[in-house]
Amino acid sequence: MTTARTVLTIAALTLQEASRRRVLLALVALTVVLIALSAWGFSRVAAESGDATLTSGEARLTASILLNLVMFGFSLIAALGTAFLAGPTLSGETESGIALSVLARPIRRSALLLGKWLGLVAFGSGFVVVAGLAQCLVVWATVDYWPPQPAAALALLAGQTTVLLTLALLLSTAVSPMASGVVAVGLFGTTWIAGVVGGIGGSLGNEAVERVGTVSRMLLPTDGLWRGAMHGFQDPSALVQFGGADSEAFPFLSAAPLTPGYLLWAVAWVVMVGGLAVTSFQRKDL
Amino acid sequence: MTAGLAGRDAALDAASRLVAGLPPAPAVWCSGLRKRYGKRQAVADVSLEVGRGEVVGLLGPNGAGKTSVIKMLLGLVHPDAGEVMLLGQPAADPAARARVGYLPELFRYQPWLSATEVLALHVRLSGTDVTPAQRRDVLALVGLGDRAGDRVGGFSKGMQQRLGLAVALVARPELVVLDEPTSALDPLGRADVRDIVLDLKARGVAVLLNSHLIGEVERVCDRVVILDRGRVAASGTLAELLGQRELKLQLTGVSAAARERLAATGPVEREGDWFTVALAADEDTAVPALVADLVALGAQVHAVEPARITLEERLLGILRSASEARSDTEGSSR
Ligand SMILES: Nc1ncnc2c1ncn2[C@@H]1O[C@H](COP(=O)(O)OP(=O)(O)OP(=O)(O)O)[C@@H](O)[C@H]1O
Ligand SMILES: [Mg+2]
Repeated sequence: MTTARTVLTIAALTLQEASRRRVLLALVALTVVLIALSAWGFSRVAAESGDATLTSGEARLTASILLNLVMFGFSLIAALGTAFLAGPTLSGETESGIALSVLARPIRRSALLLGKWLGLVAFGSGFVVVAGLAQCLVVWATVDYWPPQPAAALALLAGQTTVLLTLALLLSTAVSPMASGVVAVGLFGTTWIAGVVGGIGGSLGNEAVERVGTVSRMLLPTDGLWRGAMHGFQDPSALVQFGGADSEAFPFLSAAPLTPGYLLWAVAWVVMVGGLAVTSFQRKDL
Repeated sequence: MTAGLAGRDAALDAASRLVAGLPPAPAVWCSGLRKRYGKRQAVADVSLEVGRGEVVGLLGPNGAGKTSVIKMLLGLVHPDAGEVMLLGQPAADPAARARVGYLPELFRYQPWLSATEVLALHVRLSGTDVTPAQRRDVLALVGLGDRAGDRVGGFSKGMQQRLGLAVALVARPELVVLDEPTSALDPLGRADVRDIVLDLKARGVAVLLNSHLIGEVERVCDRVVILDRGRVAASGTLAELLGQRELKLQLTGVSAAARERLAATGPVEREGDWFTVALAADEDTAVPALVADLVALGAQVHAVEPARITLEERLLGILRSASEARSDTEGSSR
C-alpha cells in the first residue's frame, strides 16, 4: 500500500521533471516540425496521384513507406528522449546527492526505481501514441489512407520505447549519466542496422547474414517490435506491390507480423532487465 | 488447540507488557560497523549509541569515516559487517527510517522544484501528515519563509543547506542526523542551527551531529564520539572527556612544605611565579582548602585562576597521542 504510494509519487515526480526541464517542450516542437513536413510531403503525393501519374496501388505503397519513415522518426525521437532522460534521472541524482535525502526516507530502492520506470514509460508511450496518432490523422486527411491496425502498431511503438528506457535505466545504475544515454542509443541504432543487414541476408538467401538480424532482435527487442509496428501501419497490398520477398531487404516495410512468442519474449526481456537494474541499484553505495 | 492458542495469546500479552514496561530503545544503536572501499578501510569496528532525546556529537579529522558511519546508519551505504538499529527497529527495514530526518553532507535538492514542493515531496515519502501551515513554519524556522515559492535551482549554497535542514525537520522526526549542518552557513545561520538543535533537545528529539566547529558541538552536545581512522578514539559525556580541571596560582615565598602541599593536590607545572596544578574532577572544596593551606604554610597568594580544558584541546590531544602511538608502533615494527 505505502509502496504503491511511493511508486506513484516518484512516477509523478519524474513526469514533472520531464515537463519542467523543458523536455516536453522540445519534444512538442520537434513533433510539430516533423508532422508539418510530412503533411506537406503527403499533400504532394496526393497532388501527383490526382494527376493520375500514380496508380492507386502505387499511392498506397508510397503512403505506407512514408508513414513508416515518419513513424521511425518519432520512434527515434522517443528513444533519444527517454534514453537521455532515463540516464540523468537516476545516475545523475545519485551523483549530485539528490538521491541521498530521498533514499533516507522510509522507502525501498526498488520502489524508487519502479516509480522512475513507470513515469518514463508513461512519458515515452504518451508521446509516441499522441504523435503517432496525429501523424495517422494527417495521412488520412491528405491522402485518405488509414493504416490497417493503428492501435496495435502504436502499442508496439510504445513497447519499443519501454524496452529502450528499461535498458537505459539498467545502464544508469552502473555507469555515468552521459554514458548510459549514449550506450543505450548506440545499441538501439546497432540493432536497427543489424535488422536491416539481416533483411538483406534474407532476400539474398544467405542464412548466416540473416541470423545477424534474428540474434540481435533477440538480444535487444527494439528492432523486432519496430518491425511489428511497421506491419501494422502499412497497407497489406504494399508488399505485393513492392515485389514480395525482396521487400524484406527494405528497411521501411515489414514482411511479417509479430509472433505472440516474440511479444512474450519482449515482456520477459523487460522484466529481466528491470530486475537486473533493481539488483544493481540495491547493491550500490551512495 | 484452543487451549494452545489461548496459552500463546497469554504469552504474547505478557511479552508485550514486558516490552511496554522497558525503557524505549535507543534512537541509534550500532555495533561492529565496518566498511572497506577497495583497499581503503574507511570504517573499522565502530559501535555507538544515541539515547532518546540525547544530542551526540561526532567528531574527527577529515577522512575519519564520520560520513561513512552516518550513511551506514541510514542504509545509504552497505556495511561489510555490523548491525544497526534505528529507534528500536533493525535498519534493514526501510520503515525504521519513518521518524528519521537527515541532512546530508552533500546537500542537493531537485532544482526544478520549489522549496515548498521539495518539502511536500519529503512529507509524502515519509508517510506522515504534516499540514501546509506546518511546512511553512519549518521553512520560516530555517529562514526561507520568503523564498518558499522559488525554484531550488536558483538558491545559493547556504540557502540550499537551510532547505536541507527544513527537509530533515519537516516530518516530525524522533531522530535527526545532521552531517556538517553549518558548512555553508553564515554566522547567523550557525546560531540558528544551535538554537534549532537545543530546541530539538528540549522536545526530546535525539540528534546525531557531525561538525568540525568544535565550539558548536561543545555548546549543544550531551556526549561526543571521536572517530579517528575509522575507529572510536574516545567517547563520553563532556564532563567525562573534559573532567580534568586546572588551577593557576601566582605564588611567592613558597616553602618546601607548601610545594609538597601543591604536589599532593595533583601534578604541578611551574613557570616563574606561576604554578599550574591539575585538579581531580568535581571536587568543589579542593580549591579553598588548598588556598587556606598554602597561606597557612607561609606562601603569598597573588592570584588564583581556575582553568578548564576546552574540547578543542582535548580533541587535539587525543588525535595527537593516537598518531604518536601509531608512529611508535610503525617505528618499532621496522
Ligand atoms: N564512495 C567512496 N569511494 C571510495 N572511498 C570512499 C568513498 N567514500 C568514502 N571513502 C573513503 O572513506 C574514508 C572516510 O570517508 P568519510 O567521507 O566517511 O570521512 P569523513 O570523516 O566524513 O571526512 P570529512 O570530515 O572530510 O567529511 C576516506 O578515506 C574516503 O576516502
Ligand atoms: Mg564527512
